[in-house]
Formats: sequence, C-alpha cells, structure tokens
Amino acid sequence: MNKVVTMAEALSRIKNGQSVMIGGFLTVGTPQGLVDAIVDSEIGELTLIVNDTAFADRGVGKLIACDKVKKVITSHIGTNKITGKKMHAGEIEVELVPQGSLAEKIRSEGAGLGGFLTPTGVGTAVEENKQVMEFDGKKYILERPMGADIALIKAHKADTSGNLVYRRAARNFNPLMAMAADLVIVEADEIVEAGELDPDEVMTPCVFVDLIVRKESPNESA
Amino acid sequence: MNPRERIARRVARIFKDGDVVNLGIGLPTSVANYVPDEVHIVLHSENGFTRVGPAPEPGQEDPDIVDAGGMPVTILPGGCCFDSATSFAIIRGGHLAATVLGALEVDQEGNLANWMIPGKLVPGMGGAMDLVAGARKVIIAMEHVTKNGDPKIVEKCDLPLTGARKVNLIVTELGFMEVTPDGILLRELAPGVTVEEIQSKTGATLILPDQIGVMTA
Repeated sequence: MNKVVTMAEALSRIKNGQSVMIGGFLTVGTPQGLVDAIVDSEIGELTLIVNDTAFADRGVGKLIACDKVKKVITSHIGTNKITGKKMHAGEIEVELVPQGSLAEKIRSEGAGLGGFLTPTGVGTAVEENKQVMEFDGKKYILERPMGADIALIKAHKADTSGNLVYRRAARNFNPLMAMAADLVIVEADEIVEAGELDPDEVMTPCVFVDLIVRKESPNESA
Repeated sequence: MNPRERIARRVARIFKDGDVVNLGIGLPTSVANYVPDEVHIVLHSENGFTRVGPAPEPGQEDPDIVDAGGMPVTILPGGCCFDSATSFAIIRGGHLAATVLGALEVDQEGNLANWMIPGKLVPGMGGAMDLVAGARKVIIAMEHVTKNGDPKIVEKCDLPLTGARKVNLIVTELGFMEVTPDGILLRELAPGVTVEEIQSKTGATLILPDQIGVMTA
C-alpha cells in the first residue's frame, strides 16, 4: 500500500481544535514543511504536544507566534519568548512536563499501557494532583499515558509503505509520537520504494504510519 | 583564573575513567574542556546520543548533531544515537555515573531548585528533573552567590524544587562541598579563601572537618 500523498492532501486531514504532537528537539527533527503548511492554513485552536516550543521564527514555535495554539504540553518554553509572553497574558495555556516523563507518557500510549511509575518529580510541584506510590522504600509518581489526534513526524528516509529511518539527533520524540496518535503524518527527506530499506535498518515500523509527504527541496518551494 | 573556570576545573577532576556523564547547559558544559587526559568519560546528550565531541570546524556543522542547548557538536567514534525514551531510560535507570547542573538554590538537605522563579522566569524543567532523579551522583556547579551577592546555598530552598534530597556535591569558586545526612560538609577551600569568608556567603551552617583540603584548579 502506497502511503505517499501531497502536502495539500495531508493538510486536509488536520482539523481545527485537534491535538497535535510534533517531533523535534529545538529545531532538530521537526517536520518543518508540515509546520509551515499549518502556519499558512486556516487551521487553529490546536493543542500542541512538543518537547519544547523552539523559537518564535523557527521550528514548532512559529505555530505559537502566529496564534494557532490554545494549549501546549511541553518540557521547556525558555527558548521561545513568545510562549512565555502569551502564557503570562493568559492567551495560551502551558502545561509543563519533565522531558523523560513526557517521552514515556507518549510511549505508554503507543504501547497500550495504562501509565508508569517514575521517581522523576517526587517532592516537587510535578506530583501535585497525582498519585504517589511507595515500593521498597522508594517513592514514585503515577504518570498516565498521553496520545493525540495527529502526530507530525520527521524522518530521514521513508519507504512507500511507511517504514522509517531517522538520522542522528533528529530521532528524539519522533518514533514515540509515531506510535501514539490516531493519524500519523510523516515528512521525509527521501522516499524509496517498499523493499529498498533493509528490514534491520527500520526504526519505526510501517504499522504506525498513515501518510507520507516528501520534504520540499529548496528548488520546489521557490 | 576566572571563577567559572576554577569551578569547571574542579568538577572535571571528580570523574573516573569510563564514567557516563551528562553535563547541563552553560557552565556545566565547559567542564568537558578540563577532564584530565588519562580519564576518558562518555558524554551523554539527552536529545539522543552518546560520546558528545567538540564543536565542529566552521562550515562542518551537521544540522542533525547539536547538543541539548542547540549548539553544533560532533559525535566521537563509538558514539550512538537513540530516541528520547531510551535517552531518559539511560538517565532515569541509573546508567549515568553523574550529572553536572547549575542551580538557583541548593539547600543543606540536598534539595535543588533550578527550573523556575514564580512570576518571573518559567523556562520549564526540560530534562533536569529526570537527571536529578536518576543520575547516581548529582553535582552542582555554580557561582557561590547571586549577582546581588545573596547566598545560593541555603538552609531551605524557597523556590520550587527540581528534586528533593538528591544533590551530592556542590562546587563553587570558593570551595568544594559535600551534602551529608548532617548537612553540608566543607571539604576544600579555594586558595586564599578563609572559612569565615565562605561561611559569610553561605546561608546554611557549614560542617567543618578536622582537615580542609585546598581546592586546586
């Protein structure tokens, strides 16, 4: 089955008010073409689930700067001054989650788990309104899984059936988010025919992936 | 020698050969420059790789290889890449010998506050809470007082905590301290610094051992 579609087809599947998880750490591993397409669209009122809010003019931060986001669930907003400004002005809701817990909440959703017990955040504000459990004298916070309507993923290589390969530190949250959303859209630097990727080299199995768009080369977008 | 270099040089001598270490952003990152030649540590970057190497030559930057602060770095031979769940399994699962972090406040119980100032600065905790919870040794590398001259080492943290009772060692330009069940033990003083000076700049009462070492750089 060929999952490759145009950017317009992919974009038509994202609706106002949906929750969207987007891969990337700062700008590395962010599907910038998909992000920019949302920036230029009528889609808004999104709940964003991202590691960080990147920069006001680069990465997922552009979505916040252009008022596409009503709530963001993230581990860090410090590099994007607009996120903090909008938060203090009450224009955006920000939920901060420790980075490792955010990753594992997303992985748990994708893996069908009801949650996990972590020592991260014990004795801090993170444990407020959460169950704290003690085993063998050590305290843990019960963290629940987190999924989304949409996941936007950046891959280095994809085959037409949706198997993915990432490159260097651009992997980060991408393989986790690819497991945890109802609709998974991949932006790939390079798309090859099914069968061209060695099965051992695949990092995200095709079963998680719904749609693939090609990253536009500078020539195509000019 | 400037205070920050003095701190980084002392922290760099804590590690043992083979230690897997995560360095926080800022002053902690500079610790890598001073690790003794005979000690080989493996640097872990929480955005997803090990064996972080030095910054590349200008023009040689790889956009997919940056450290957790977004700065271009390299991956040394033997390094490898992984996703964020694996990266934080390394952190949380006790596979890091140590993490080096800065602090806004650290107290005599080993509580650490370094992620927000309510109403002022709310950058988020990023990976700091996981690092503090999971690393086998938590080392705080920071200047001894704030820009206003107020103590950062206190009896009890006022700011929201990053982790409770997790700090093991504190290194400042004035001295090298260990958090013990009884309080903060002054193990070494920087050359020219007296017990009276470091105590006057510290908000908690320091425990003085019979022998206080010299914190050489």
